[in-house]
Order: sequence, then C-alpha cells, then structure tokens
Amino acid sequence: MGALHQAIGRVRAFFSKQQHDSELESEVASHLDLAIEENLRRGMSPQEARRQAMLRFGGVQQAREEHRETRGLPWLDVLGQDLRFTFRTLGRDRAFTIVAVLILSLGIGANIAVFSVVNTILLRPLPFPNAQELVRISEKAPTCGESCRTYSADASREFRERNKSFQDVTGYFAFTGPDNLKLMGNGTPVPVTGLLVMDNFFQTLGVAPAMGRLFRPEESVKNAAPVVLVTYPFWKRQLGGDAGIIGQAIKIGDNGKPVTVVGVLPESFDFGAVFAPGSKVDVFVPYIMADYEDDGNDLALMGRLKPGVTIGEAQAEADMLFPKLDIDLKHPEYNKNFGYTATLFGMKEYISGSLRRSLIALWCAVGLIMLIVCVNLSNLLLARAAARGKEFAMRSALGAGRGRLVRQLLTESLVLSSVGAVLGLGLAFGVVTWLAHQGSIALPLLSSVRVDGAALGWTVMIAVAAAVFFGTVPALRISRGNLQEVLKDSGHGTSAGRKHDRMRSVLVISEVALACVLLVGAGLLLKSFLRVMEVDLGFQPTHAAAVSVDYDGNADGAHRWAQWQEVVRRVSALPGIEMAGISDNVPMSRNRSWGIIPKGKDDKDYPKDYLQGTFIYIVSPGYLKAIGMRLVAGRDVEWSDGPKDQGVVVINQTIANKLWPGQDPIGRMADVGGSDVRVIGVVADVHESSAESAAGWQMYMPASQQGPEGANLVIRSSLPLETLAPAVMSTLRSINPAQPATEFKPIQGLVDHAVSPRRFFVLLVGVFAGLGLFLASLGIYGVISYSVTQRTQEIGIRMALGATRGRVQLGVIAKTIGMAAIGIAIGAVASVGVSSLIASLLFGTTPTDPPTFAAIVLLLVIVALLAGYIPARRASRINPMVALRNN
Amino acid sequence: MPSKLDLLQGTLDLMVLQTLAAMGALHGYGIARRIEQISGDEVLLNQGTIYASLVRLQQRKWISAKWGTSENNRKAKFYSITKAGRKQLTEDAAYWSRLSGVMGRVLAMSAEGEK
Repeated sequence: MGALHQAIGRVRAFFSKQQHDSELESEVASHLDLAIEENLRRGMSPQEARRQAMLRFGGVQQAREEHRETRGLPWLDVLGQDLRFTFRTLGRDRAFTIVAVLILSLGIGANIAVFSVVNTILLRPLPFPNAQELVRISEKAPTCGESCRTYSADASREFRERNKSFQDVTGYFAFTGPDNLKLMGNGTPVPVTGLLVMDNFFQTLGVAPAMGRLFRPEESVKNAAPVVLVTYPFWKRQLGGDAGIIGQAIKIGDNGKPVTVVGVLPESFDFGAVFAPGSKVDVFVPYIMADYEDDGNDLALMGRLKPGVTIGEAQAEADMLFPKLDIDLKHPEYNKNFGYTATLFGMKEYISGSLRRSLIALWCAVGLIMLIVCVNLSNLLLARAAARGKEFAMRSALGAGRGRLVRQLLTESLVLSSVGAVLGLGLAFGVVTWLAHQGSIALPLLSSVRVDGAALGWTVMIAVAAAVFFGTVPALRISRGNLQEVLKDSGHGTSAGRKHDRMRSVLVISEVALACVLLVGAGLLLKSFLRVMEVDLGFQPTHAAAVSVDYDGNADGAHRWAQWQEVVRRVSALPGIEMAGISDNVPMSRNRSWGIIPKGKDDKDYPKDYLQGTFIYIVSPGYLKAIGMRLVAGRDVEWSDGPKDQGVVVINQTIANKLWPGQDPIGRMADVGGSDVRVIGVVADVHESSAESAAGWQMYMPASQQGPEGANLVIRSSLPLETLAPAVMSTLRSINPAQPATEFKPIQGLVDHAVSPRRFFVLLVGVFAGLGLFLASLGIYGVISYSVTQRTQEIGIRMALGATRGRVQLGVIAKTIGMAAIGIAIGAVASVGVSSLIASLLFGTTPTDPPTFAAIVLLLVIVALLAGYIPARRASRINPMVALRNN
Repeated sequence: MPSKLDLLQGTLDLMVLQTLAAMGALHGYGIARRIEQISGDEVLLNQGTIYASLVRLQQRKWISAKWGTSENNRKAKFYSITKAGRKQLTEDAAYWSRLSGVMGRVLAMSAEGEK
C-alpha cells in the first residue's frame, strides 16, 4: 500500500513543484528560526547562533535537491531537460536533422509497409472466425491444374456425409470464368462474375450476411426457385446500394429469368482476395448438385474441423475415406482404376504457404535496409560527435557523469528516430493504401493490407531498437573521450583523430558490405524475373486480346458451330484484324482437364502416374493462330469438322512424345472420354499455368464435337486495342444483341497477372537495394568529405610543398576505393551465403551467377568512385595559403 | 574523538516514526533535535535530510502534516503519525530488534572464536 501511495504522491508532486518548493522554503525558514532561537537561549551571540543553526542543518541546497528527488519523478525531470536540450541542438543543426530524419523515415517506412504486408499475408489469421479450423482439401499431387484439385459432386456429398472430423464440408465450383453472367437491366447487359457455391459455403466459413440471409439447403436442389447472394461492392455499384433489394428479383444469367436476391454479403468478405488472388466475384448462386453429377471433378473442397480435432487426425480419416468415394454413382465404370486421394492443408498454409519464402526474403531485405540506415545514422552522429567534442569535454569537466552524457545522447537518438518513425508511418500508410488497391497483383489478401495495431507496435519497437542501435556507439565513444584527447584532437597542425576515423571507416565498410548483399540479392531476383519473361510461352501474348463472347449455351453442336463461325468470319473481316478465333479457355487463366489415351490401350498398359490429366481447350478454327501458337505438324481444326464428322483432336508435343514416342502421331486414333478421335495436328507446348512451371499435357478439339465452357474470342492485330474494341463490340452485338459490354483483356495481361507476384517482389527488393546503394554512397561521401575537411591544413601543407592537384585527388580517391574494396569483398563473400538461401526463389539463375556478381561489384565501385570524387575535387581545390592562414 | 555513526539506509525513517509515535505531533526541527538528544549526539545527522524523510513518509501516508503554531508562536509544519504509520512502525521495529538480536549473536560468536 505504502508503495502505491508513494507512487501517486510522486506523480502528484511532479505536477505541483512550485507549491512543494515554497512549502519547503517556509519549513526550512521556520526550522532555522527555531534553531537560532534555541541557540540564542543557550547564550550564543546572534551571529554564532545563526552560524551554528546553518551548520547543523547542513546544506540548504542539498536538502532541497534531496527533497525534490524523494518526492517527485527525478527521471522525468531529467528527461524533460534532455528533451529541451535536444530540440535546441537539433534545431540549431538543421541540415543534419533533416538528413537524419529523412533517412530514418525511409528506413522505418519501408519496414512498416513490409511488415504490414507480411503480417496480413503470413502472420495474421484469415478473416474468418476460428480460421485455424478451416482446412482446404486437395489431391495429393495435382498434375493437371484445377481438375486435379477438385472433386465430383457425388464424391463431395459422400465425404461430407461419412466424415467424423469436420463440423461441415463445403466447396465451390472451381471452373468459373470471369464475366460468366450478365445483368440485364436497362440498355446494354452488364457482365457479371458469378460463382456457384454449395449451400453451406458461407455458414462453414463463418460469414454472416450484411443484410438478408444466406442460402438454404432447399435452394440447392433441382428446380428450386433461383436465388442469388450479392457482394457488397456489387450491391453498391450495380444495385445502387438499395436496402430494399432483399427479396427483389434481378435479371441475371442468359435466360433472362428473374433471380431473387436473398442477401448482401458483408463488405469484409472478399472471395477473390482469399481464394483467387487478383480476381473478383460479384454474385454467388447455389451449386445444385443434381445438375453437376455427370460433370466429373468440379468442386474445390474445404471444411471446418470439429473443435479439438487436429489436422493430422482428419488426414488419417481422409486417407481412409477418399479412396472409397464414388466419382459418379450413375457411372460406376468411371471408378475403375481410379481412386481419390486427399491432402488436408490448413487454409492459411494453402493460401499463403507458397509465398512464405518470398515474403521472408522481402522482410530480410527491408531489415538490411534498416541496418544500413542505422549504420549511416551512427556515422552521421559520429561526425557530429567529433564536432561536438569540445561541448562534451566542457560538460564532463563541469561534473556531468558518463551515464548522464550517454543518456543525453540516447535521448537525442530517440527523438530523431521517433520523428523518423512518425514520418515513416505516414509514408508506409501511403504505400500500403496504394498496395491495397492494386487489384492486378495476384497476391492473396493484399486488398486487406492495413497499417494496424500490430504495425504500430512494430513501429515503436523498430524506432526504439534503431535509436539504441545507432545511438549507442557514438554515445559511448563521445563520453569516453577524455579531456586531453579532445584538446589534442582539435589542436593545430595534426591530422584528424585516428580513432574517430577508424570507427567511421568500419561503419562505412559495413554499410558497403550490407548494400552489396542487398544488391546481389536484388540482382539475382531481377535476372530471374527477366529469365521468366524470356521463357518461350508457346504463344504470342503481345498484339492479342480476348473478349468473352455470349452465345446460346443451349444450342447443339451444329448451331453452336454456326454461331461461332459467324462471329469469327465477321470479326476477321474487320479492318486491322489479322486473325480471330474462339476458345473456351485461354492460357494462364481458368483451366480444366480431361483424359486422353491411344485407342486400344488401357491405363494398365502404362506405369503408374504416367498418364496425366490433359488440359482441354474447345476451339474454333483460327484460335491457334490468333493466340500465336505454332503448329508443328498436321493441320488446325477446320469449319468442315462438323458434329457428324470424324472426331478430331490437336495435341501438344508433350502428349505426342508421351503417347506415340518416336512415331508420327498424325492420323492415329485416340480415346477421349470414351469417344474415338483422330489426331490431326501437333502444336508446340504452351506454358499453361505460369511461365515458371513446365508445360503439361494439352489438347484442342472443335466446338462442333465437344461442349465448351463459355467462349473467348481472341483477336490478333498490330493496331491498338482501343481503336479496335468498338468495331469488334458492335459487330458482336449486331450478331447477338444480348452480348454484354465485356472488357477486352490483352493476352499480355494474363501473362502479367501470372508473373505479378514475382514482379511485385522484384520491384520491392529492387527499390530497397537502390535505397541501400544510395545510403551507402552517402556514407562514403560523408566520411571522405569529413576527412578532407579535417585534413584541409595537412593538404594545404602538402600542396605548398609541391604536391600536384592530381596527386591530392588521387590520394583521396585511393582512400575511398580502399574502403569500398574491403566492403565489397566482405559483401561479396556474405552474398554467396545469402544467395544460397534465396536459391528457391530464383529461376534459370544460379545463386552464384558470375555476371550478376560482377555487375554488382562494378556498380559499387563506380558509385564509390563518384562518392569519393566530389570531396577529392574539393581537396584539390584547396588553396594552400588560405588553408594555412585559417588555422 | 570517535567519528559519528553514519545512518544506515532507511533507519532515519524508522527513527522519525518512533519519535512521532512517542512524542505526538512535532515540527521538523523538533524531530531532528529529539533524535539528536536520544542518540546522545552519536548520530551524524544533517538536520536538512530529515525533510526528505518526512516527505517520503507523508507520501506513504504513514504520517500526516498540518501547519500550526509552535509554543513560542512561530508558524511551523507539525507532523503526527497515522494509523498506517503505527502499523508500519510495529513491523519495522520488530524487524530491527530481530536483526539486531541476530547481529549481536553472530558478532558474539566470532568474538568467542578468537579467544
């Protein structure tokens, strides 16, 4: 109790200093009066009485000090003094303050921004309640894109019913393309992206509607009244944010039938951000199992574990259940030679696990930046310390203890880093806000990146750690300096104090080494990025664009073929269009896969896992040319390949090599999904999912003979897209008035989207490396420039004795290069170690890529030369007479 | 002449508490004089240091203070011990007597050993 009362008392006393002081004064006065009176009574002379009273009292000033220290908060008093003094000195040295604060704010800002990204993508749980219970279920070794990560309707239902580990299992239809629906209102139909989800999808995730309600089980049965859930942005944008929309019907979909809006999802729910980075979904409709029972694998499955069930236990159960699930109850023969497998991933791990290494590398890069910033600051402070040597010698002579001086200097560091942190926070806020609105970067959860409480905590930590880090060395150094040394150092005619100089050189060398590591890392990543961009994709992404085309989805093969032919014929005839063709899927976006096997062969004729799911594209003639693929042998599909004619297929080289090794595949018969088709052509492999992964099995079949999933018209033209788009769109609309105003998507955009995470990381690491280089050059410049200033007189003497300007310049530059060389050597060695850590992030580049290392070393040498040249020039301009006279 | 005793940390607070408990309300000078008299002038006490002790005890609510007039009509701040202060005094006094007992025994033992 006593301690608590005392603490309160101390705080109170801190704020009422004057009252306490004046009370103490009167108390002391009365004390002395009483003492004098008693002494007088004892018979002393008035003078002696006063002297004795004062003597017995001890020092009045000491009593005052002791009183203040006992009753108040002395450390706060000292802090106040230090702060006032700090602001005064920093205000006086404005150039230094501005440079220091700017450097710090860049470093701290970069750190906060990256921390916010890392925190959102890697550290923070997914934006769902009890997100740790959510599990993604996927095939063990998916080799054929989405089709191998999904399960059939029957299998999903069976697993949902049989498992005992999950509270519930749900899924969504994984093959939805963008703009697959259209909203009919007044005028031109608006393209809408609608996703089919199982009726329990939102309940399982734990998403509550902002308005209305979620789906009910009876809405996912055949012939149920159609309902739709809309996302918050769609509701705001397309439905005018009308609160009365619940229960109203909107016309969505191709049959123009009204669909009832049952609810609006909350603003915080962003399907694309979590499940399909870089894409957006507008509306959700129930997945009606009965409609998809014959369609093979199409559900991306996930579940919520029961409380207390571990992922390992659930995995053990899944290993038992999945091989026994039925692909298709109506076609038990499909189950032959087939068994599902499943791997359970924590949802977070599934979504961001692959980014962990990149993000950690980014985090390290930004940490290096902070180190460089700190070293730079240390350096600046040391330079300043040298200039303030006399001030501190004076203070120490006046009785300031070493602890007190260090404390004062650390206060200065803390003030600098705090101001830097505040500016950095502003900077980070800007960067993070910008990042959150980059819809085109395919990073999960990016749209929810915020500077949040955790980031603020991180900021405080960084600011304090930085202040201690960059402030300690100079503070100890200054406070250690004894009077004599300072006086000697600042005396006339001698060279600069060697100790300061050596310390600063060490700092600059470490700065150069750190920058070297950063630059090598950035260089290797940049080279990998360029390598990725150089990859032969198997198609020509430039000068091509795709637009989703509306057609009568219920038409049979012949009618569909006729509709497609009309579109391709009329669009091809437009001026400026070099080539046009239709495919249901385009590379690097949605995909699905079927199976292909030479006629007469069986799965058993091949080793296990030899046959792979084959990406299937349902195309029109001209598509292969329009997207820029290369026909290696045979022919493209033709309009004459009608629904009643011999089924045909164009395969890629991988299939040709695997199924007909060493033979000419043209003209051979194959079995695709139970029907016989003739191989008519072979095309070069296309990088299907990304430039970095190997091409899989791919085949192309005419839309007259197979059912497509939507249609993308691909046009090739050297004219800019904007000039072509209106003509193409009006042609499409004259053929089909229901054609929605879908956007033209440049094919290059698809490639860019696929490489956007790599581009994002390269850009950031590159910026950090540039920053590091700049800071290192600033450090070199600072040290050399300072040493030139210190040695002005010495240089003056040398020049007076006949040293040429060239000789003086050379001396300064040699010193620079000497320092830089040590730093580069250390940095290069460290880089070899560091680059092996990022080896898995590289593409087509070895971690010890000699050209990259050579280029970075050269770059650093050049920058060091530049940084040293400016002071060297100044040194050579020194006028010996002036230099000698000044000192 | 033997040098005066330096006060151990915290002992002054205890002396002040005991003085107030024994004498009732007193001003700072009175307390200082009383301690000097009782100690037979063996303690090295700068009277000024008593005020730091007083403010500390006051903040802990072990003593209270109010301005009054001394017997010879001088304005002075009078301190008196509070209930919490008496409790603290009992505890501290018990602690001190135990400690001094132990110290006495320990020192006596070493004296025997030397014989």
